[in-house]
Amino acid sequence: MAAFLVRRLSINVLVFFLITIAIFALVHKTPGDPIAMQIPADQLNSSSAEFIAQKRAELGLDQSLPVQYWHWLTNALQGNLGVSLLNGRPVTEVLGERIGPTVELMGVGLLISLLIAFPLGILAARRRNSWLDYGATVVSLGSVSIPVFFVALIVIYVFTLKFQWFPSSGISDPTNPSLLNTLHHLVLPAVILGFGNSGPFMRYVRSSMITELGADYVRTANAKGAPPTRVVLRHAFRNSLIPVLTVIAANLPQLLAGAVVIEQVFAWPGMGQLAVSAVNQHDYSVIVGFALLIAILVLVSNLLADVLYTVVDPRVRLR
Amino acid sequence: MTSTTVAAPVGRSPARAAVRRFRKHPAAVVSLVFIGLVVLAAIFARPLSGHDPNAIDLLSARSGPSGAHLLGTDSTGRDVLSRLLFAGRISLGVGIASAAIAVVVGTLLGSIAGLLGGWVDGLVMRLADVFMSFPSLVVIVVVAGILGPSVLTMVIAIGLFQWPVCGRIVRGVTLSLREQEFVLAARATGAGPLWLMRKHIIPAALPPVSVVATLAVAQAIALEATLSFLGLGVQPPAASWGNMLTDAQSLTVIRSEPWLWLSPGIAVALTVLAVNFIGDGLRDAVDPRSAS
Repeated sequence: MAAFLVRRLSINVLVFFLITIAIFALVHKTPGDPIAMQIPADQLNSSSAEFIAQKRAELGLDQSLPVQYWHWLTNALQGNLGVSLLNGRPVTEVLGERIGPTVELMGVGLLISLLIAFPLGILAARRRNSWLDYGATVVSLGSVSIPVFFVALIVIYVFTLKFQWFPSSGISDPTNPSLLNTLHHLVLPAVILGFGNSGPFMRYVRSSMITELGADYVRTANAKGAPPTRVVLRHAFRNSLIPVLTVIAANLPQLLAGAVVIEQVFAWPGMGQLAVSAVNQHDYSVIVGFALLIAILVLVSNLLADVLYTVVDPRVRLR
Repeated sequence: MTSTTVAAPVGRSPARAAVRRFRKHPAAVVSLVFIGLVVLAAIFARPLSGHDPNAIDLLSARSGPSGAHLLGTDSTGRDVLSRLLFAGRISLGVGIASAAIAVVVGTLLGSIAGLLGGWVDGLVMRLADVFMSFPSLVVIVVVAGILGPSVLTMVIAIGLFQWPVCGRIVRGVTLSLREQEFVLAARATGAGPLWLMRKHIIPAALPPVSVVATLAVAQAIALEATLSFLGLGVQPPAASWGNMLTDAQSLTVIRSEPWLWLSPGIAVALTVLAVNFIGDGLRDAVDPRSAS
């Protein structure tokens, strides 16, 4: 198992470096000259070529690209991502305060998607080709097909405007930021995020359960007279979890994509909303910081999937 | 000579059997008809709409559905129905173009990986893993943020993030074909990799690839709508189903002008759903084992 994990870890580290090279290439594509950004236009016109060259040397821009990349990477890994072009605050700080709300939204959203996917997936697998199975398939296709932002608009129309049950903007009421108020604000965005991600999970639970329910040990358990519910939940379900857990871990980045859209619609002060507004306002240093954070999230969830795979299923250790 | 070549019994060819299985899938057949209508509506957008999609008419702005404007008008008085029809062209175009890129790249890389094997295979498959593990929406947000939003960038980016599914299937087909006797025979008589791809791999991979291509079209249409909704895809004044909803980000619009966001939203949802159903039907049609 150790050898397997070491191999996966080294592949992930290698991939991370390749991605940072891609991000660095994008940084180089960003419009605007770094010197022109630092010096007011009137001074730039009057200053000599010598002065500009000196300034370039100070910023390390006269060095070769690999050297510049190395400087950028070592700085970035130490948390020095520069300052926001918009308000001059450090990018790490700007990003840092947005992580909490996004994690909260993604965590509760994931929980809700599992609460939808597991019961429906298990029932659909037990009663294959029944109306319940077809219904579950339609729900899962719908959750994949109907764009999250459209679902969000309908839900806001019905639950915020018509019934006025739930708020549709922000993370809490500024005048009353209690836990209950925060939860009240969380209901709509989290349920929509959960529904949007439940489709793929449900299909995996269903197919994994079908495989396990057809296994010999399930027939043995049934034959010795174990209660059907116990056979399904204690025997088959636990084994079906192995592939499903891996899929869930590997799908965490997809959950973030949903969060980006939902944060935009619900004015949720998370990373997605920050990224979209940084894009619209051309705040390149924040965009780059966001890209690095995504790369780390993707690689960590991949690694998590690998670890879960080996820890949950002892058979993998033989490899 | 002609009498001997038409010996194949009518109705028993794999293609005909597939068509028969597809027709047993009611949702897929209905969806196919629906998509046919959507395509026709997009092609004949101009005669059908009766309005210029970009004609501004401030006097009749924000009016509800009426005889003159069947689906109402938007904030600058543009006819929603004609924008909806013209947006269909962009959405379908982006969907098909991205899926085409994904299929071409996937087929090329998949068959190279399968034919060459060894470290090339390993490299291509790791690359596929990396592309699959990244959420394409988020990556395109970042790329659009730095390079600026454009339809071309979006199509290429969506296509590049969809190739791994197709690539894996083509690789699998190639690996199983590689050991078959007729392929060995072709190689022995001097067939090069390009010949093998054209004559053996592509025809064998076509059925499963048609399924993933259909699903890729659905995914690309949904992605385009989402990106345009965020303001990072198709730029106004060009209409897309996604950017028609961008206006609907304020509670007053959601409440008082539902025709503005309901019709494009329903158009995206139904189109994506229908293409997904067609993909599902195709899967059952080309692979009888997967049919329940």
